[in-house]
Amino acid sequence: MQNAMLAALCGGITCSVIGVFVVTMHLSFIGVCIAHAAFAGALLGVWLGFNPLIGALLFSLASAAIIGPMADRGELNPDTSIGIVFSLMLGLAFLFMGLMPGARTEALSLFWGSILTVSRENLIFLAIVTAIIAGLVVAFYKEIQAVICHRQVALAVGIPATLIFYGLLFSTGVTITASLQSIGGLLIYSLILNPAAAAYQLTYSLKRMLIIAVIFGIISCWAGLATSYFLDLPSGAAIVITSSVIFGLATAFSPKRKVKGWQQAPVVS
Amino acid sequence: MLIYCSKPCMDRENNMDNTVIRIQDAVVSYREDVALQGVSLDVRKGEFIGVIGPNGAGKTTLLTVINGLGKLVHGQAWVLGSPVNGRNGISLRKRIGYVAQVENIDPRLPISVRETVMVGCYGRLGLLRRPTRAQWEAVDRALSMVGMAHLSHRPIGHLSGGEYQRAAIARALIQQPEILLLDEPIASIDLQAQGEILSLIQLIHREYHMTTLFVTHDLRQLPSICHRLVLMKEGKIWKQGSPKSTLRDDILSQLFGAPVSIHSQSTIAY
Repeated sequence: MQNAMLAALCGGITCSVIGVFVVTMHLSFIGVCIAHAAFAGALLGVWLGFNPLIGALLFSLASAAIIGPMADRGELNPDTSIGIVFSLMLGLAFLFMGLMPGARTEALSLFWGSILTVSRENLIFLAIVTAIIAGLVVAFYKEIQAVICHRQVALAVGIPATLIFYGLLFSTGVTITASLQSIGGLLIYSLILNPAAAAYQLTYSLKRMLIIAVIFGIISCWAGLATSYFLDLPSGAAIVITSSVIFGLATAFSPKRKVKGWQQAPVVS
Repeated sequence: MLIYCSKPCMDRENNMDNTVIRIQDAVVSYREDVALQGVSLDVRKGEFIGVIGPNGAGKTTLLTVINGLGKLVHGQAWVLGSPVNGRNGISLRKRIGYVAQVENIDPRLPISVRETVMVGCYGRLGLLRRPTRAQWEAVDRALSMVGMAHLSHRPIGHLSGGEYQRAAIARALIQQPEILLLDEPIASIDLQAQGEILSLIQLIHREYHMTTLFVTHDLRQLPSICHRLVLMKEGKIWKQGSPKSTLRDDILSQLFGAPVSIHSQSTIAY
């Protein structure tokens, strides 16, 4: 249980931080696509007998490298191109699962996650990723803020905006890979989206949004874990449902719901 | 004298004048569409140039050639003494301010007006360095100059179009640019705000003498301070010269492909 609590803490922090970037940049579908790519890669690892984390990492980084330029260049409608990559990854995931001989217990655990039985090796990997992501956010906070809020402006003032953008996409891939075994391929994305989307409803400050999202992420994970422990429910599902409830509450009490009326009020300039 | 270029042609020619932008025979294309066709243009230090022409004339593309975001398929460009190429775009853009049209912004965006203006400093500041107190004070002064001090803590998505453009101008100023590119900066905002922002742009030019290119498709939005006008059509520089020599009914009617009467353009005062 101690390992599970630590994994929940690390997963809650990294997923929420990455979620803030994904939500602010309106890249939700890209995140879903990378999550499914990681899942397909992990299944390939299970099928071929190598470490699923390596497969997940390679697939998620490759999908980020394909999707980024597709979304940027506008050769195809971004929704169309991301949708094609998404469906390809889903197809590959089912293909690898179908090709697996015998029982598919490990594959199914990647679906739903198994935070209660997270390995020490996986926990260390997750902790390292958490430390790296947190360090990068602190080091490059001003560039990240400029890129996620005003990407074209960031480019025009001489910030390496494209590098930062791809760095964020790759960080999403690494975060998903690191959280895959504990949270699960199908559920990881909700943990990225929900705490950040809830925090987005509550503040106009990026720093505060990061802090609130991390708090929501940790609460989601720990409350979900406790619920699953006491009620004997799947842990990943309990975590995601808890984070969804938090999002619902944040939306209901969001001060930003009044933004339209506020904007229509005369402004003295 | 602003002579930085190692190219022999630039050394030879620019020592004689104060050329800060030199574009020679530039061709830019987006897939099958040719946006610029053999454009050549010299801009001297401190000039205020109005670039006018109908939509699709290549005006914005001309600005992207100057700040290194547009890819030349033919021709060359030198800006602030350096040849513009894929390698020096970022360092060049740190020295060039850019204000685009009002854009649609998510009203929930988690960034304030003050933070948005500070983004102008980030390029010059470099990676891994935090803004200093002096830079925050400079941001506050820039906001005061554009009349936005009272809105500095408001979320950027809550501003009107005119206020947003004032903040964008403050951001460009805080960058301390040597060249200022203004791409339809007062399009899509109300008439009163247009007049105020035009006055502000002219005030800034008189104060700082920044080399400025002002792009517009609307003659009523042209600042009276322009030293020279560049008339663009179908990706080419169709004509250029002083406002007096170019702002004529016959020339403008040909440029826009419709009858234009300069006397009806009330805000132009040449």
